[in-house]
Amino acid sequence: MGKIEDLETINGEGYQLTNLDKAIALARANSVWPLPFATSCCGIEFMATMGSAYDLSRFGMERMSFTPRQADLLIVAGTISKKLGPVLKRVYEQMAEPKWVLSVGACACSGGIFDTYSVLQGIDRIIPVDVYVPGCPPRPEQIIEGVMNIHELVKKESNRRRYSEEYKHLLGTYQIEIDQHGEAK
Amino acid sequence: METASSANYLPLLMQIAVAAGFVIFTLFVTHILTPRINSVKKDDNFECGIDAQGNARFPVSIRYFMTAILFVLFDVEVIFFYPYAVNFYELKLEGLLAVIMFVGFFLTGFYYIYKKGALEWEK
Repeated sequence: MGKIEDLETINGEGYQLTNLDKAIALARANSVWPLPFATSCCGIEFMATMGSAYDLSRFGMERMSFTPRQADLLIVAGTISKKLGPVLKRVYEQMAEPKWVLSVGACACSGGIFDTYSVLQGIDRIIPVDVYVPGCPPRPEQIIEGVMNIHELVKKESNRRRYSEEYKHLLGTYQIEIDQHGEAK
Repeated sequence: METASSANYLPLLMQIAVAAGFVIFTLFVTHILTPRINSVKKDDNFECGIDAQGNARFPVSIRYFMTAILFVLFDVEVIFFYPYAVNFYELKLEGLLAVIMFVGFFLTGFYYIYKKGALEWEK
């Protein structure tokens, strides 16, 4: 967990200074709003993760967002068929920046046991994934660990990353066209 | 005891200023600090993941409206029976005649809409 004590600061008499990027990243890491894209059994495990026993709310994530516009973290839990692929991709594209993706379970990571013509062999074929959680289905502890790894990524992210050429190139490899400087169309 | 004066409300005023100031400050700062990236799909109106089809502004058959509004009318008529059923014995013959007249009006109306063909679904 990111605590305010973890932040590097310069302390003086009556003032405290820190890096703006790090302060923003810390604030973001402690209030990641997830968008659950749960399609099968992993979704049930995700419900347990949200429930009182495991309680993802401890990480400032109790606010499930069912519109991609307000979400920071896309949690893909379950089998994604090839027909659902474009839907998932569009939902990802419509999320507000900065955004992260957590792939939960064997099916989302690699297609799992469904090595068939109809199932997408891993969501990383259509959208960039930040953290993979293996398991069929993974236990809530594993999902929480995945979420904590997302938090580490959020804390390390520079505020300029989403404007960088590397980011544009990364999305380009997934055939996602973005306009980093333009106005809304 | 202190005398009441408007100066006593100064701390309250300061608190309101800080609360409102924090909201305005946060709204402005988040707009500056957050990355803003657009794309054609991102700026799309709908977010269910599927292309929008057609237009929502198309004419709907009048029969839906007729059936719905007539249903509401006769539904309200049935509601009036409840207080009558509760007071059935107290109201005696006079009440019964009043209700028969009430239902009679409705039946006349029903006969009218039936003859007019308002309830014919396929025509």
